[in-house]
Amino acid sequence: MAVVEAIEVLSPGPLTTLQDVGRFGYARYGVPPSGALDTFSLRAANVLVGNNENEACLEITMFGLRIRALRDVAIAVTGGDLRPFLNDTPLSMWTSLILKKGDTLSFKGLKDGCRSYLAIGGGLFLDEILGSRSTNLSSGFGGLEGRLLRKGDVLSSNSPHLHLKAKGRCYPQDLIPRYRKQWHLRIIFGPQNDQFTQEGKNTLLNSPYQVRHQSDRTGIRLSGPLIERMPEVQESIISEGVISGAIQVPGDGQPIIILVEIVTGGYRKIATVITADLALLGQMKPGDMVTFEEISLNDAYETLQEMEERIKGFKKKISINA
Amino acid sequence: MGDRSVLVELGDEISPQVNRRVREFSIALMESPIEGIVEIVPAYRSFLIIYDPLKLTLATIKSRMEDLQKKIKEIEIPEPKTLEVPVIYGGKYGPDMEWVADYHKMGVEEVIRLHTGTTYQVYMIGFMPGFPYMGELPQGLGTPRRETPRTVIPQGSVAIAQRQTGIYPVESPGGWQILGRTPLKLFNPLHSPPALLEMGDLVKFVSIGEAEFKQWQS
Repeated sequence: MAVVEAIEVLSPGPLTTLQDVGRFGYARYGVPPSGALDTFSLRAANVLVGNNENEACLEITMFGLRIRALRDVAIAVTGGDLRPFLNDTPLSMWTSLILKKGDTLSFKGLKDGCRSYLAIGGGLFLDEILGSRSTNLSSGFGGLEGRLLRKGDVLSSNSPHLHLKAKGRCYPQDLIPRYRKQWHLRIIFGPQNDQFTQEGKNTLLNSPYQVRHQSDRTGIRLSGPLIERMPEVQESIISEGVISGAIQVPGDGQPIIILVEIVTGGYRKIATVITADLALLGQMKPGDMVTFEEISLNDAYETLQEMEERIKGFKKKISINA
Repeated sequence: MGDRSVLVELGDEISPQVNRRVREFSIALMESPIEGIVEIVPAYRSFLIIYDPLKLTLATIKSRMEDLQKKIKEIEIPEPKTLEVPVIYGGKYGPDMEWVADYHKMGVEEVIRLHTGTTYQVYMIGFMPGFPYMGELPQGLGTPRRETPRTVIPQGSVAIAQRQTGIYPVESPGGWQILGRTPLKLFNPLHSPPALLEMGDLVKFVSIGEAEFKQWQS
């Protein structure tokens, strides 16, 4: 294994962090999972360049990152379309390619979705903290010194030359999610759905909600028709553990979809987004609209299994071709 | 909750007894882990089991919980640890001390006497890494949150809200009333475990002076 400098940050953009699939096993100490908000795209990017699915990638929010290759490296860009350019040419997403030493890669601005993932063949060489390389910004650890990327940061990789043969791989078109401005999320009611009125539950299922600007990696704040709770219950509940995808409704009746930077919460949760749809949450941006549909636990499992089978199928195919 | 977690509820109130049962169950479950459980998050009156739905079904977890319920009395649960937490009260370290004393129409000394006079139980670690929610404050010290939350609360700040007390492990925004500061480090991601306190631990605050505070810090 040889650790070598791979890329240099020329301009970081407003919010670029290093994330893997997340940090698990420490929630009882208050440590949230962090990790990529769109793990599907992160895993796909890693698979394309011949990494383990769990390697850390750059998570680029909205726009602005510009990097330079310090040597030849295999890369793949997945997730939301932030108009990536290789030098002066638009770059194909969901495809592995080679950045030659001195090439620049820049993200010009938002076209579809909200976050792009950039994988480097060989991964990013970072300390694993509490079992993960993900950045926890609020407590300042993980990733690169627990902070946002800055101009001048140099990221290293493990033997990136071994990944140069992983070029020209394309993720199957039918596996690539379509990012729209209208989202449809599947949910399962609970755990406190019985503390909302029937009308409140119907409101959630039958109304479009808009993503508010005050959304971040902690939660997606929505605005739309008020979700009515039972008249006898208080505004908040006794705090308890939460997971990403849980839809909590504070006193103002406006739902918030919890994301990956918190582990406990004191508002009641009407429903939870199914695991197969979680990755979409990472691509919703302010102004987008969202609707909800209830499905059964069994359908949720089947949907997830199908998705995993298709990812496995693609991995198998490229390992045969490699 | 959803297709990958289940909330196990052991009561519907904040009480040391209910919380002790949460601790017993979550420790018992952690000591004989099931493949596919990702997290166990104990809280005041419940614990959340997060699992990998590709490895484990809800039915398996439910039957495991039923077994556990039958056997819980026979499982030996270690006693919680007790920790003394040094605090420098008031002044620049406790910017809400005067307000709290005025609110209760008592002197600062009386606030300190009440706050240090009780052994608190850590009901939950949450909100941020290492933040202990502890109860219960003596009746006479129950205080509402600040009307306007602070944007910056320094690391180690010891604060109260309603009938609870907590410690901010890192600098953060927050709405609790700050009485003082501890030199102890509540969270260190490089340590194992990363948090000084665990759910169920017992905490007693001890008042210290400026000299001792500086000594702790060095």
